[in-house]
Amino acid sequence: MSRKVCAVIDYGMGNLHSAHGALQTVAPDTQVVVTGDPDVIRRADHVVLPGVGAIRDCMAEIRRLGIDQVVAEVKKTKPLLGICVGLQAMLEHSEENGGVDGMGLFPGKVAFFGRDLKEQGESLKVPHMGWNTVAQVAHPLWHGIADHSRFYFVHSYYVQAKNPDHIKGHGHYGVDFAAALGEDNVFAVQFHPEKSHHAGLALLKNFLAWDGQA
Amino acid sequence: MALAKRIIPCLDVDKGRVVKGVNFVGIRDAGDPVEIAKRYNDQGADEITFLDITASHEGRETTVHMVEAIAEQVFIPLTVGGGIRELEDIRRMLNAGADKVSINSAAVYNPDFVKAASDKFGAQCIVVAIDAKQVGDNHWEIFTHGGRKLTGINAVEWAVKMAQFGAGEILLTSMDRDGVKSGFDLGVTRAIADAVNIPVIASGGVGNLDHLVDGVKLGHADAVLAASIFHFGEYTVQQAKQHMAAAGIEMRLD
Repeated sequence: MSRKVCAVIDYGMGNLHSAHGALQTVAPDTQVVVTGDPDVIRRADHVVLPGVGAIRDCMAEIRRLGIDQVVAEVKKTKPLLGICVGLQAMLEHSEENGGVDGMGLFPGKVAFFGRDLKEQGESLKVPHMGWNTVAQVAHPLWHGIADHSRFYFVHSYYVQAKNPDHIKGHGHYGVDFAAALGEDNVFAVQFHPEKSHHAGLALLKNFLAWDGQA
Repeated sequence: MALAKRIIPCLDVDKGRVVKGVNFVGIRDAGDPVEIAKRYNDQGADEITFLDITASHEGRETTVHMVEAIAEQVFIPLTVGGGIRELEDIRRMLNAGADKVSINSAAVYNPDFVKAASDKFGAQCIVVAIDAKQVGDNHWEIFTHGGRKLTGINAVEWAVKMAQFGAGEILLTSMDRDGVKSGFDLGVTRAIADAVNIPVIASGGVGNLDHLVDGVKLGHADAVLAASIFHFGEYTVQQAKQHMAAAGIEMRLD
């Protein structure tokens, strides 16, 4: 039997060493490849859509390289994990950069935390940067991870999902936001599992062991 | 439950090697950045910051490879500062696996560089480092070149401007306290932390664990950075986190 392949989609937005290293660490028997080649992505057993930086540049590259079409195909047949801007790109629209349309895998939008974010009268800093808790909604990707475990977040925009059934993890920072969305083969997180130490590695391990059936 | 305050050990690197005494028990080669980063990671560090003091261009390549090696094996956020002058410097460090870069002197010489960097790579990965020195009552000015050059710029006003220019975070070092171990300069820390709406990392002067607590509780810092108390094995990062949690500060302890 040939080794399973996990494709980490490279669309030129940087920092895939960590995602690659973390996935390879939790699944030494899986071949983790960083690639922008649509054929390699289509042949992979698991697909990861990472993303850092501004959504405008991310979406421009996703469209230019045809990643949006590949994602639309692979999500029907194999597990797909979105990370950070990779999650945000899956919504219909983002307020960032004056308004950018996403891939629309999930109904809803990405909104700015705002400059007057408050918690019980106390001002909150934006970006939301650091380790925060996630209230889990039952899903195979949380297997073995204690509810309310902390994950590493860094974002100024947050996901407002239209369909509450899609929310698989609840985050809170001044406002409630979707820390994780999921439907069928797709699971996507706002935090960085590849930067979230034990809890993050456990989630990645669960992803690579997942057959896409929630 | 809320966002946790962070503890960030800081390491000086030269040509891809950690310099200045780092003396963990059990590590023979104290200069191996991967070993040291792993150790801090195992101790529960929330992030790690590297200050690159490499002077030569060739030496910087080695630092890039160091970041690549660490990012493949250490799964917490990494920041690299020192010598970040152009967008290309940022791109290389982020591509190597750094999550953030810290800009210091280049921001002072050309504030628009911060704007350009934030626009290109996103505010979340742009840290502006401020070296502040007290020059009067409730008055601090920023220095460049490791504290050698006074700029005449008010530190609090500068921090506000940098936040407006797109900095995602401020790394504030008190030049009066750096290496002195008498605690953070809480005056400037608080003045800046209260003036900006981005996270502030307090740095410079940590000599014991109560100083870390003070940095958050009295200085209003979102994160505390320390070097020597961890390098020489006086305290582990975990001990520091337990101490801060016991003082009522929200910390990541798992």
